[in-house]
Amino acid sequence: MQGKNKTLKLLIGAVVGMFFFSFALVPLYNVFCEVTGLNGKVFQASESEVSIEGESRPLALQFISSNNENMPWVFNPSEKSMKIETGKYYTTTFYVKNTTNKTMTSQAVPSVAPSNAADYLKKLECFCFEQQVLEPGEEAYLPVRLLVSNDLPDSINSIVMSYTIFDITDYNNEDLAHHNMGME
Amino acid sequence: MSAVIENHHDEHHHGPAKGLTRWLYTTNHKDIGTLYLWFSFAMFLIGGAMAMVIRAELFEPGMQIVEPEFYNQMITLHGLIMIFGGVMPAFVGLANWLVPMMIGAPDMALPRMNNLSFWILPFAFFVLLSSLFMEGGAPNFGWTFYAPLSTTYAPPSVTFFIFSVHIMGASSIMGAINVIVTIMNMRAPGITLMKMPLFVWSWLITAYLLIAVMPVLAGAVTMMLMDIHFGTSFFNAAGGGDPVLFQHIFWFFGHPEVYIMILPAFGIVSHIIETFARKPLFGYTSMVWAMLSIAILSFVVWAHHMFTVGMPLAAELFFMWATMLIAVPTGVKVFNWVTTMFKGSITYETPMLFACAFVVLFTIGGFSGLMLAIVPADFQYHDTYFVVAHFHYVLVPGAIFSIMAAVYYWIPKWTGNMYDERLGQLHFWLSFISVNVTFFPQHFIGLAGMPRRYPDYALQFADWNMVSTVGAFLFGVSQILFLFIVLKTVIGGKKATDQVWEGARGLEWTVASPAPYHTFSTPPKVD
Repeated sequence: MQGKNKTLKLLIGAVVGMFFFSFALVPLYNVFCEVTGLNGKVFQASESEVSIEGESRPLALQFISSNNENMPWVFNPSEKSMKIETGKYYTTTFYVKNTTNKTMTSQAVPSVAPSNAADYLKKLECFCFEQQVLEPGEEAYLPVRLLVSNDLPDSINSIVMSYTIFDITDYNNEDLAHHNMGME
Repeated sequence: MSAVIENHHDEHHHGPAKGLTRWLYTTNHKDIGTLYLWFSFAMFLIGGAMAMVIRAELFEPGMQIVEPEFYNQMITLHGLIMIFGGVMPAFVGLANWLVPMMIGAPDMALPRMNNLSFWILPFAFFVLLSSLFMEGGAPNFGWTFYAPLSTTYAPPSVTFFIFSVHIMGASSIMGAINVIVTIMNMRAPGITLMKMPLFVWSWLITAYLLIAVMPVLAGAVTMMLMDIHFGTSFFNAAGGGDPVLFQHIFWFFGHPEVYIMILPAFGIVSHIIETFARKPLFGYTSMVWAMLSIAILSFVVWAHHMFTVGMPLAAELFFMWATMLIAVPTGVKVFNWVTTMFKGSITYETPMLFACAFVVLFTIGGFSGLMLAIVPADFQYHDTYFVVAHFHYVLVPGAIFSIMAAVYYWIPKWTGNMYDERLGQLHFWLSFISVNVTFFPQHFIGLAGMPRRYPDYALQFADWNMVSTVGAFLFGVSQILFLFIVLKTVIGGKKATDQVWEGARGLEWTVASPAPYHTFSTPPKVD
């Protein structure tokens, strides 16, 4: 009888433990992605940490924009692609327009392909680091200022930068704006 | 050994109570095993009827019989019912009947919990099936219920689906706890771990897998519930969540779940092959270690279900090689079964026919699994009918054939009557032929590019789909014959001896046929 109760308690403990483990997978997943850079996320860089040593070479940059779910805004890159050189600063813009008749808040989430290019892409300024609030009918050109480091592996000849714009009007969450910022 | 069983007249001997309350209040492992088995049979027929709707719609290209929305509900419910209502409860029923008798225990360790774990199941499936009649229809997002299909775009009945999964999970967890506590504490003296029958071993390992992953499934559906009703954003990108996270959590449950549905089959088939080959099983120890390695590896291969989500190369290679590694212990088992049969005095009664078919057809399913494990190939096979063919080969002639083999093998012990051998063989051959006619062509249409989960398809897939549908209906009808054979055996038939099969070994064959209501009230002596 004693043995039975002991086994029973251990097993119930394991069940409860595994239930909480499933929730622990959520932060673990995020930490894992950030540490390994698996999801191609780019964090804000500052002028001082960007090294422009080495030889520069030509590179193609492409820009893609997409709207999440029912996001009604117009959202397009001003230039679909750019010929750039590594080790130099460039600025490009994305056009947005709030087509609705109410004030809305948006957040863009960036992604880079191939994902191993993410480490060499330095963004000094990006609208994706902030939330945008637009009045009804308001439009704007949102800037990205970036540099691709000269250390970029030779196998990469073009980089695709993709932005998805989300409607976060109903998510009254300050943290979201800093979601893509560097990890303090 | 038969002298040890029961008949302690000094103690008040009581048989089963009478009437409906016998089944409602029972704490007897044999009654509960019977309830589980009948319940799973009912679910098998309901899930099978849904499969008939699916195959009827796919008989010809174009939309014929059902609306696409209803088709989606059918594929979702078919998957959920067959997995959680058909295969899993059938194995739990077999465990209830057999584990105590195989280890010389008088009953399961926690009989009241046993009653509870069965009786919540019908409610879970009542809730799930009732969603068919709700506004917006039943769940329509596939049995894998990927977010955001199952959250943002789900029909309102998704909440009922979530609660029914919670109840099924609770039932499975209680069943698993019961099995482990029984096996760890109630073995007759002399039955050491490495002397346990393989079915007991397979269930011990299965139960640990259930304990480890069913709570994760509960966690996943709880997160869905919170996303839908409480404004969280676990899987909602707009709120900072990630839909790919859902797939990771789901398959962290889902892959071990696959082995939960096949390990007990390994145990069953091992017993049947050694009985009808009239030889002791070849490589008992390696069988145990193979099952343990399969169980452990099952926790590190989940992402092979999601190669196409955009994982880095290193992760794809890791999951590919880890997956292929599983073929090694599985191969050990297949070779052991074949070696057991080698130079045996084999007779092919119905259980042996099903067991042999299991070995061959399950291995085919294993090989198509290896093809799917190859990352670059999977990019093409992903979400095609090739995947459907693969998992139906491991589940239908794999898990379900093993359950049928088990029923034929042990039903003389349960009922005291032999089944009708001629009808049994007829049932086997009909099932064997029709299962291959149904699922083998799905390999071809899958490789040719037909995607799964659509009610319509391009013209070039028409011929093989027609063949597949014909096979499916034949398979469906054959199972009515199975029901008839089982009922006929329960009602009467040639009386079975205590040992039943000439080559049968093990404690369950030492008690009378039919097995008395209470067995091994005093532990048997085992050398």
